[in-house]
Order: sequence, then C-alpha cells, then structure tokens
Amino acid sequence: MIFNYMMRIFDPINIAMLMMTGALLLAFVRLVRGPSLPDRVVALDLIASVTVGLTATYAVVTNHVDLLHIAVMLALIAFLGTVAFAIFVGKGEKV
Amino acid sequence: MSDVIGKVLLISGASFMLIAAIGVLRMPDLMMRMHAVTKAGALGTSLVLFSVAINYRELAVASLALAGVAFIILTAPVAAHMIARAAYWVGVPLWEDTIMDDLRDQYDPHLSGSDNASRKNAREERDTQSGA
Repeated sequence: MIFNYMMRIFDPINIAMLMMTGALLLAFVRLVRGPSLPDRVVALDLIASVTVGLTATYAVVTNHVDLLHIAVMLALIAFLGTVAFAIFVGKGEKV
Repeated sequence: MSDVIGKVLLISGASFMLIAAIGVLRMPDLMMRMHAVTKAGALGTSLVLFSVAINYRELAVASLALAGVAFIILTAPVAAHMIARAAYWVGVPLWEDTIMDDLRDQYDPHLSGSDNASRKNAREERDTQSGA
C-alpha cells in the first residue's frame, strides 16, 4: 500500500510536475534576488510559462478540460503583463 | 503508443523548463538570462501543451492546446524583444566580460526625443559599470 504510494513518484506525470515545481522555485529565487527590474520581469515571465505548463499537466491529471482554458488565458495575460512592464521599464519611450 | 509519445513530450518539456530556470538563476547577465528563458521556456511550455493535445484524443482539446502553442510561439519573441530593448535603453549593465556590443553605437542620442540626458547618463553609467 505505502509502497505503491511511494512508487507513484516515478510516474512520468509526477516527475514532470516535480521538475516544473523545481523550476518555479529557481525562478522565484531570481525574482527575489534580481538586481534590476528587467531581471525580475524575466523571472516573472518564466514563472508564468511554468505555471501554464503546470496547469496544463494538471488538466491531464484531473481530466478537467476547463483547466486548459485557464492555461491559455494565463499565457495571454502574461504576455500583456510583460509588454506593460517593458513599456514601464523604458519610461514610456516608444519601444 | 501515443501514451508513450505524450509522456516523452511531457518529460522533455518539463526538462526544458527546468533548464530555463537553472539558466535564469545561474547566468551572469540580463541578456544571457533572457537567452535561457525565452527560448527554453517557450519550447518547454509548447512541448507540454503538445503532450496535452496528444493525451486527450479530442479535436476540441487538441485545437485549444495547439492554439496555445501557436500563441506562445508568436508572443514569446515579441515580449523578449520588448523587454530586452527597454532594458538596454535604460542602461542595465552587461556582463563585465562581454566582448561584443553591436548596439552600442547604433543609438543616436540626437534622435531620441524626450530625455536625451538621462539616456546619455545611463549609457555612461553602464560603460563604467561594465568597464568597457
């Protein structure tokens, strides 16, 4: 019973989710440490893409297709956020 | 068969995301961090969405996932270009061992419009910081 539970960690989906969680943590370290604002924006961009991947994987795990809509919308909004940050970093210059 | 392909795509996408995160943590410079994130991150997300499209054998789900892939591939370079350009514009320091900066003389200070002085200051500050 508990052996089966522990063997589930070798399921490819669980391995992938663990890898993405590790990526999330590493990107968060850069988000906290980043010396300049663009570094933090890049880290946020990576966090958004990893979250898109995690949500899509979770849609597979739970068989909820609706989560896939959330993933695509999150990618869209992350792009808008990055563009807004780029204009903000460039002090409103036309970039 | 398609199960195996989906899992391989999932694992490789997650690996690309992990590599992107290691790159964003370990690279010394904003441009190199973006080099790691914007390519490996976009590819990782696309591979994971491909794997979802293969896992569900439904046309609606597959088309949604493929639309997500197309959107990510279209927008990731645009976002990266905008943030890199803005960062260069405001003078984010480059790595001190940078040997080539082709953009350095391409921005004419007389064409800039509103705040010439701050851009010139930023460029000089960047040069002193990077020791060029």
